[in-house]
Amino acid sequence: MVTDEIYKKEYDVIIVGGGATGAGTARDCAMRGLSVLLVERNDYSTGATGRNHGLMHSGARYAVTDSESATECISENMILRRIARHCVEETDGLFITLPEDDLQYQRTFVDACQRAGIRADIIDPDEARRIEPSVNPELIGAVRIPDASIDPFRLTMANLLDARIHGAETLNYHEVEGVIVNQGRVEGVKLFSKLDGRHVEVRGHVVVNACGIWGQRIAQLAGVKLNLFPARGALLIFGHRVNKMVINRCRKPANADILVPDDTVCVIGTTSDRIPIETVDDMRVTREEVDVLLHEGVKLAPSLATTRVIRAYAGVRPLVASDDDPSGRSISRGIVCLDHAKRDGLEGFITITGGKMMTYRLMGEITTNAVCAKLGNNEPCRTAELPLPGSEPDAPKQGDLTKRYSFGERAAIGRHGSLAARIEKDNDIDNALVCECEGVTVGEIKFAVHQLHVHNLVNLRRRTRVGMGTCQGKLCSCRAASLLGELNHDVKRAQEDLAAFLDERWKGMRPVAWGDTLREAQLTAAIYEGLCGLDTAVNMEGKEDVQ
Amino acid sequence: MQICNLSENNFEQCTKCSICTTVCPVAAVTTDYPGPKQAGPDGERYRLKDPAYYDKMLKLCLNCKRCEVACPSGVHIADIIQKARMQASAGHRAKLRDTVLANTDLVGTMANLVAPIANFTVGLKPTKLVMDSVMAIDKHRTFPAYSRQKFTTWYKRNAAKQQDAFANHVSYFHGCYVNFNFPKLGQDLVKLMNAVGYGVHLLDKEQCCGVALIANGLYKQAKRQAKTNAASIRKSVDIDHRTVLTTSSSCTFNLRDEYPAVLDVDTTDVRDNIMLATRFIYRLVDEREIKLVFKQDYKRRMAYHTACHMQRMGWQLYSIELLRMIPGLDLQLLEQDCCGISGTYGFKKENYENSQAIGSILFKHIADAQVEAVTTDCETCKWQIEMSTGLPVENPISVLADALDVEATRAANGLK
Repeated sequence: MVTDEIYKKEYDVIIVGGGATGAGTARDCAMRGLSVLLVERNDYSTGATGRNHGLMHSGARYAVTDSESATECISENMILRRIARHCVEETDGLFITLPEDDLQYQRTFVDACQRAGIRADIIDPDEARRIEPSVNPELIGAVRIPDASIDPFRLTMANLLDARIHGAETLNYHEVEGVIVNQGRVEGVKLFSKLDGRHVEVRGHVVVNACGIWGQRIAQLAGVKLNLFPARGALLIFGHRVNKMVINRCRKPANADILVPDDTVCVIGTTSDRIPIETVDDMRVTREEVDVLLHEGVKLAPSLATTRVIRAYAGVRPLVASDDDPSGRSISRGIVCLDHAKRDGLEGFITITGGKMMTYRLMGEITTNAVCAKLGNNEPCRTAELPLPGSEPDAPKQGDLTKRYSFGERAAIGRHGSLAARIEKDNDIDNALVCECEGVTVGEIKFAVHQLHVHNLVNLRRRTRVGMGTCQGKLCSCRAASLLGELNHDVKRAQEDLAAFLDERWKGMRPVAWGDTLREAQLTAAIYEGLCGLDTAVNMEGKEDVQ
Repeated sequence: MQICNLSENNFEQCTKCSICTTVCPVAAVTTDYPGPKQAGPDGERYRLKDPAYYDKMLKLCLNCKRCEVACPSGVHIADIIQKARMQASAGHRAKLRDTVLANTDLVGTMANLVAPIANFTVGLKPTKLVMDSVMAIDKHRTFPAYSRQKFTTWYKRNAAKQQDAFANHVSYFHGCYVNFNFPKLGQDLVKLMNAVGYGVHLLDKEQCCGVALIANGLYKQAKRQAKTNAASIRKSVDIDHRTVLTTSSSCTFNLRDEYPAVLDVDTTDVRDNIMLATRFIYRLVDEREIKLVFKQDYKRRMAYHTACHMQRMGWQLYSIELLRMIPGLDLQLLEQDCCGISGTYGFKKENYENSQAIGSILFKHIADAQVEAVTTDCETCKWQIEMSTGLPVENPISVLADALDVEATRAANGLK
């Protein structure tokens, strides 16, 4: 369907926000037969969804302090292992006690896990060293729990794909610039398309605000007030995996006490700082944050001290203050679903916030229940039973990779599950690697461009991991830009896109630009600026446009 | 913290500059091989994620180490690939063909007993066809002929007694090729060293260095033999104070560098005392410890080929400069190209085509050089060049021994 027709339709529900929660809600609503439009101001999973650990919590982390979150996590954890197999790696996790920690806490922790229904096995430190050789050898206690690793980009995309299969429309690069309110009733949204600069209005019976911390602004546009408190967390990505299992500290949650193996890398995090809401778009990582992360990270796995850090990033969690406490002292990390008809007398407007990426499906279910109640829809929720596209029961598992597949094919199966079958691989060109670090082929790029809503290189990176490896786009970005230019018949745009992409990569490298990461960046700069003159080419063209 | 990135084999110091791929002889002739960067540091990240990401095309690696020579970041790319192959092969049994090719000493011992028959038989066309079809050893290949007498037998009968009389002493790691196929090279070394006042001794116990075992996936056996050799070398160096000399660049590189890097058999303590004979002799000449006197009437035109492992050690200069001391030798230096054989690699049917394609550049350079013979420090390069160009190939030690005026040299070094 062309975009004009998407704008003209009237929807049962318009979901604002293309993170995991929005995507999960869109899937649920569409599966229950509602007509759905999802709009996202940037790319899908740009916000907190794509800026966390990629940890599929067992819930153990919350067991002592927040039993409700713990119970939600373990239940969702088990569901995601079934429905999102291709996004999940079943690594299991350890909670380790170091000599400076209180070993008594281990008992409290295990008891709390058992109360929440989380399997928690105390294992011998020797056993922990054996099953996870990277762990700090000085540990004095270890508990094994069912943590796992999950890819939030793929998870979000799989939900969006399934929503579309069930008839939903999804638009990225469409920013909500107004909420249409008529006689105490929300009737739609005013959109600005960043793709072609148009301003349009789209009508819907219910509008769902699923924008994480940015939901504050959407609520304002609708004339209601939310008490969201942004909590910022910074993380570091290391160039390769040092650990096979998730490693946590067995103590009260603190800074940098989780190390997660994510795909080809591992990630340490997070810090946790309350920040003013005005600064939520400033994602720069500070030197102090890097220092804390490294200092604490080596306590989990000492080899992190000498492993190359390729990138730093930060995300913002939306914490919600209860309505009778605007100061924010009694703050919740739990799921908050607000029906503004009951709360503010504004009909047709629902805010879903709080929660975690991990509980996106449950948040979608709660929200869809609220939407269905308004629309008189009695269909049951089936998102916990039916697998996401890519994770059908017959889809190959990562562990099934046999000699039949080439390296690029295996990497693609690891990323897309059964959807990898749609990738063309019948000739040498389609099998040629674009991104050598991550094993992305020309065929996979074409698949992503044609089927996964790719407008630019950053989109492509989130769909395929192009440019996420140790070279951070040095070798692949020009190849990928060239392919995009060819597929979109727009060389100039591809050139600007290339410059912007390399710039975006450098932003994440800058806080950790020392040693080999700095050498890598210098070589990249030498190639693209020194050798190819990319900066001057793009800037000069910009100036000519002005003239 | 974070002063440098110290991962195994420096793999994360790779900046993806891809220079290694541009010098890889295999990547130059086939698209089946992903090249050293992909096979090494890039693939390693995936293999750390899950060993199932091992790419079977890694078997196409020659282990020529040219990638490591080219790498500006000091990444041990070929070692990463060797280790990955080793891990992937764990639990698999090697093929009969690979076991036969790899066990150079066992097969050598058997063949020596029946050398004339063995040489005759493996040279027959029907035998070659059977080996080609049954064992996948390419029919174009000719096995190096086996000698009737082992080097060690010759040594014990003819040389051992005289060695203690010398003032200085070295040990000799002869390797399988000298022992089973070409004792003359060992005899040449003894002749040369004796002429300059050095006694040559065998190691207490020498087994095949294992370079072919590593290449063919017989790691356990390679490790066992490495331990035996390491112990013998250690005794020679630490107790007898004898430097261990070699005449094969591949054995040398294996003993010094692959033992610790690939087999986890640490030889770093004695590494500096294991060296190619040309390096040892060159240094003695350079430090005026010994003198070499060559025949007046010697006249030859030869081309020097740098073996890959020779290039990896950076030692070709020693051989070249020694050869240049021979007044009657017109020495042509060839470009440093791989000959394509890489030990047993080129013998395998599936590699024959690649092997010859890789070597074709070298063969052309040799033809252009218009020489009567080629000299190189590696025996498998010798086979390949002889098979592919028809020219005879000699080890520099043999060339030196041939050109040496023994009596004059003995006199110049104060020997009676």
